Amino acid sequence: MKKNTVHIPMPIRYLINAAAIAAIYLIISALSSAGVITNYYTKILILICINIILAVSLNLVTGYLGQLPLGHAGFMAVGAYASGIFMRAVSGSMPTGLAVFLSLILAAIVAGIFGFIIGIPALRLKGDYLAIITLGFGEIIRVVLLNIDSVLGFNFTYGAASLKNIPKTTTFTLAFICVVVVCFLIHTMMKSRYGRAILSIRENEIASESCGIRTTYFKTMAFVVSAAFAGVAGSLYAGYLGILNPANFGFMKSIEILVMVVLGGMGSMIGSVVSAAVLSALPEVLRAFADYRMVAYSLLLILVMIFKPSGLMGTYDFSFTNLIGRLIGRISGKRTARKESAE
Amino acid sequence: MKRILALVLVLVLALALFGCGGKANEPSKTPGGTDQPGKPAEGGSIKIGLLGCITGEYAQYGIAVHNGAKLYINKVNAEGGVNGKQIEIVEYDDKGDGTEAVNAFTRMVDNDGITALIGSVLSGATIAVVSEAYPIGMPMISASATAAGVTYNEDTDTVFSNVFRVCFIDPFQGEKMAHFAAEVLGAKTAAVIYETGNDYAVGLKDAFVKAAQEIGISVVADEGYSKGDKDFRSQLTNIAAKNPDVIFSPNYYEDDGMIVTQARQVGVTGTFLGGDGWAKVTEYASAADLEGSYYCSAYAPGSTDAVKQFEADYAAAYNGETPNMFAALGYDAAVVLVDALKAAEAKGLTAGTDEYKAAVIEAMKNTSAVGVTSQYSFDEFNNPIKDAVIIKITDGKEVFDRMF
Repeated sequence: MKKNTVHIPMPIRYLINAAAIAAIYLIISALSSAGVITNYYTKILILICINIILAVSLNLVTGYLGQLPLGHAGFMAVGAYASGIFMRAVSGSMPTGLAVFLSLILAAIVAGIFGFIIGIPALRLKGDYLAIITLGFGEIIRVVLLNIDSVLGFNFTYGAASLKNIPKTTTFTLAFICVVVVCFLIHTMMKSRYGRAILSIRENEIASESCGIRTTYFKTMAFVVSAAFAGVAGSLYAGYLGILNPANFGFMKSIEILVMVVLGGMGSMIGSVVSAAVLSALPEVLRAFADYRMVAYSLLLILVMIFKPSGLMGTYDFSFTNLIGRLIGRISGKRTARKESAE
Repeated sequence: MKRILALVLVLVLALALFGCGGKANEPSKTPGGTDQPGKPAEGGSIKIGLLGCITGEYAQYGIAVHNGAKLYINKVNAEGGVNGKQIEIVEYDDKGDGTEAVNAFTRMVDNDGITALIGSVLSGATIAVVSEAYPIGMPMISASATAAGVTYNEDTDTVFSNVFRVCFIDPFQGEKMAHFAAEVLGAKTAAVIYETGNDYAVGLKDAFVKAAQEIGISVVADEGYSKGDKDFRSQLTNIAAKNPDVIFSPNYYEDDGMIVTQARQVGVTGTFLGGDGWAKVTEYASAADLEGSYYCSAYAPGSTDAVKQFEADYAAAYNGETPNMFAALGYDAAVVLVDALKAAEAKGLTAGTDEYKAAVIEAMKNTSAVGVTSQYSFDEFNNPIKDAVIIKITDGKEVFDRMF
């Protein structure tokens, strides 16, 4: 196999991938302008995009860093509220495009700061203890959002009454761009020195520390990046739904995201993408079954975990250009083989 | 071997689900797609959506609303429908979640081609749906979304002209109970105990306190507790020390039951008042502790002939179940909507068109339909104008006291 793979140089790899992404986008937007993809399907596609960002960003900590945080919904909530409050404040006084761009950046920064504040103490712990402390922080964020108004005595998050009338700015194009950017950034980060350091911590923390890797620094960095991207997803969610309630960002939401990552395979980006897409679409696809849809959903999860405990993709990561390289290699391999036999 | 088996099984399951899903969608897609909005009417039916939480934490409310609405629509269909056309219900579950509600609603509009919507059940989900329904002018009536923001945007001071409801809004009940305390019970002092962070409880409490101060009742204690609390003795001891004439507890029935029981233990002697969340509170506290408490509701079981007829019909349709307030409001939402559909049909419009929807909205705005709980008309915020029912608890039973 390896022998037949043609190595494609890096710049061309990026070009091929960019072309493939552009092709996917053009196909979807052509279908939606032709009316094949209705408003309903666009809504589900946006939801899939949001969940992909959440799953891929959690995968950074769960899959690559090998830690188990349970507070991802908290960072999503911080990003969503930051962006929602910002959009409400500036709506009308700023061009929408600029406001949306700034709200995404703001959501990422605020969520990243929260990730930093929480990551510093939390990442001193490992395994179950980290899970519990992040779970606690996630709940703290939710409860603060719920009660901060009545404590401080002014309207900020509107607590249980929900933050309403957020401009609905999230389009499929915006969500798609965000997915591409987030996946690209995480991918390149993992291929860089930083990513290798993160992987080494997962494999063996003591060994990597003895090799001079600053484990605390890299762990915190991965955690902050993951939180910031969750904030981006939250910002998209705010612009998608137009109303935010702290109850939407409870413990179950964190579990939902974790399920996507584990089902897809921890440490596999394509796994996170596929399972986020499948798990977000499934409840809608199963709508025709009415009462049985939640049973079918749970059954699917149980079956996958029984028969494929490492997740759908394991740690396998799909590379489009490697696939092309292999195909070209096989074709040209056949050709040379034929030439050889002719001679 | 095991891996292959697993893959095959998962694929089979996934394919079976997707396959069936596809098949089930197709028939509904063909007659009512957005491309041919006029189609459903030609087929002799009017499609309306029914959206609510029929699974999940608040399923009790959703199931009751849906059962009530379906009861009336089936009755109309059995009597020959509206203008000879049958009403077709497109029923979806939103689990009380805003995201699911928006998706389900968009599906109703795009794939099923509905003309009007009954729903949703919870305020949060309904507000999320309103932001989708308002721009396309979809007539909407909710049976149970009580938050003020459902029909009114306080930021831009606009009323969502397409959205109506048949239930009271939260502040209304608080005001009613304050006036009831002053005018009927002659109360001079009051205390409140409520769940902080609960929109419903805080909404009722704020309105009660405001109205109480306006009419000269002094609120001597204002005590909050958190969701999930089981011990209210410290708050209640504070209240007992002030010895108020009435205690307003605008929470859900389980908490109210515990509060009343513990209040009597720490020596609170005043009369307890509550909102419509008190229904079925008698199952959560003893008759002696609850004796003489009042709560306001939208529905009084067994009070009039119309209500008795409704109860009998409901029991016949749903295995002898007794309808609650939510079932009655679901029924009323259907009554108001069908009445408006009749008006639109009378104008000879085609179901599914924008003119038809506008006519339905217009007819709902000027409605005088008579439901099972009351006759309906709407104020400038599309909230119903109707009297509250005061329920008194006597001998462990929730008895109709008066309209107020």
